[in-house]
Amino acid sequence: MVSTVVNVLEKARSVAATVTDPELPMLTLADLGVLRDVVLDDGQLVVSITPTYSGCPAMATMRDDLVRVLGEAGLSATVRISLAPAWTTDWITDTGRAALAEHGISPPGPAPQGPVTLSLLPTRRSVTCPRCASADAALTSEFGSTACKAMYQCRSCLEPFDHVKEI
Amino acid sequence: MADMTNKDANPVAHDDHESVYDGLLVNDAHWAFGTDFEDPLAGVDTTIPEGMDAHDLATYCLMLGDDALVLSQRLSEWCSRAPDLEDDIALSNIALDLLGQARLLLARAAAADPSVVPVLPEGSPVPPEDALAYFRGDQEFRNVRLVEVPNGDFAETIARVLVFSTYRLALFERLAGHADAVLAAVAAKGVKELTYHRDYAGRWFLTLAQGTEESRRRLEHGLGRVWALKSELFEAHEVEPRVGIDPATLSAEVDVILEQVFAMSDVTRPDVLPMAGVRHRKGRDGLHTEALSKLLAELQVVARAHPMGQW
Repeated sequence: MVSTVVNVLEKARSVAATVTDPELPMLTLADLGVLRDVVLDDGQLVVSITPTYSGCPAMATMRDDLVRVLGEAGLSATVRISLAPAWTTDWITDTGRAALAEHGISPPGPAPQGPVTLSLLPTRRSVTCPRCASADAALTSEFGSTACKAMYQCRSCLEPFDHVKEI
Repeated sequence: MADMTNKDANPVAHDDHESVYDGLLVNDAHWAFGTDFEDPLAGVDTTIPEGMDAHDLATYCLMLGDDALVLSQRLSEWCSRAPDLEDDIALSNIALDLLGQARLLLARAAAADPSVVPVLPEGSPVPPEDALAYFRGDQEFRNVRLVEVPNGDFAETIARVLVFSTYRLALFERLAGHADAVLAAVAAKGVKELTYHRDYAGRWFLTLAQGTEESRRRLEHGLGRVWALKSELFEAHEVEPRVGIDPATLSAEVDVILEQVFAMSDVTRPDVLPMAGVRHRKGRDGLHTEALSKLLAELQVVARAHPMGQW
């Protein structure tokens, strides 16, 4: 019995870990840090996910994708929202960061820690152009195509690119 | 009379290889919108903390949720109208963050005390937070008047976002330690988002102040209009100190931040009389300006026309 439970959980975890993010499909939900937990609660498989932003419009799609992929593996699961602790870009794995860079998106630096400060000058980040690797990139806007990205342009090769902003 | 069973009336509709739109009609799971409703608090423990009044908690969440919902609607009006594409996207992103906060807070209010949710026809699929957003009248909205007045020009919008996000950030930093785990989680998440909003508004404030004579004139004019509604943010409704944070205790902290922006921008603090209430009743009491009614008319018209609608 115990081994069956362990097997089901192991299988569920490895299957859930293959589900990709709908907006950043080069990344799995596990690599993004959105997939928080896969547990058996009273015999029922429960998957927990955490929204990246309060208004993240992709939550329903993530839930549907998880339920569908687990279902295809013969596992019936429910998805729960986990609001605390709040998602941070620090949860993006090294594999996830490499996948982002490979697909032309600049991965985030360390998330800010400690007291919140007002910053009237453009945020200073060490950003590298994902196309030509130049470190000479200029911030176009702190807000980009999705809530989690800022827009940059490389001054060397002129490539415009997205940067996952630290949160 | 048309033969409704004649499939050849629209040959594309039943030919798998003819329409480029066919791919949109299958596999709905790939669409973020238009899929079935999802409870934003699915699986979240919504037990009321011991000793806390459920109706007070619901009312407080409505106040904070309505602030976000109404400002989100106002900021969305900038979509396709901002001075440039980047600010179009920035203001829409800020609106989306606020909408997300509103959805969670209205859902929290409904879970805490279902009696605050408007009653819809039997069998209506409208979820509670949507019923709260779309089926309450203006006097049931608890937002401060600062968020409801029309946008004005871009400079006035920047002044409003600066004052509002500075206030809300100070409030949410304190609420992150609230006894209600849901409210605390929404606040902790909101702090991260509001930090970006405040920086955005602060930077634009500085840019407009140091820009041209005209940009500075507009900024000072817009700030004056916003300032008339600032003091209301710090006047406590009886529910606030009882279940949340007494906003009067945030006032000094907010002023310190605003003074930093004004000093950098060389802008003098406006000397403007606060907009009066009616017999001391203001936004938190459900007493609003005419602007809210018009905003709600646009926000609610489709939902109210289809109370049985499934979105």
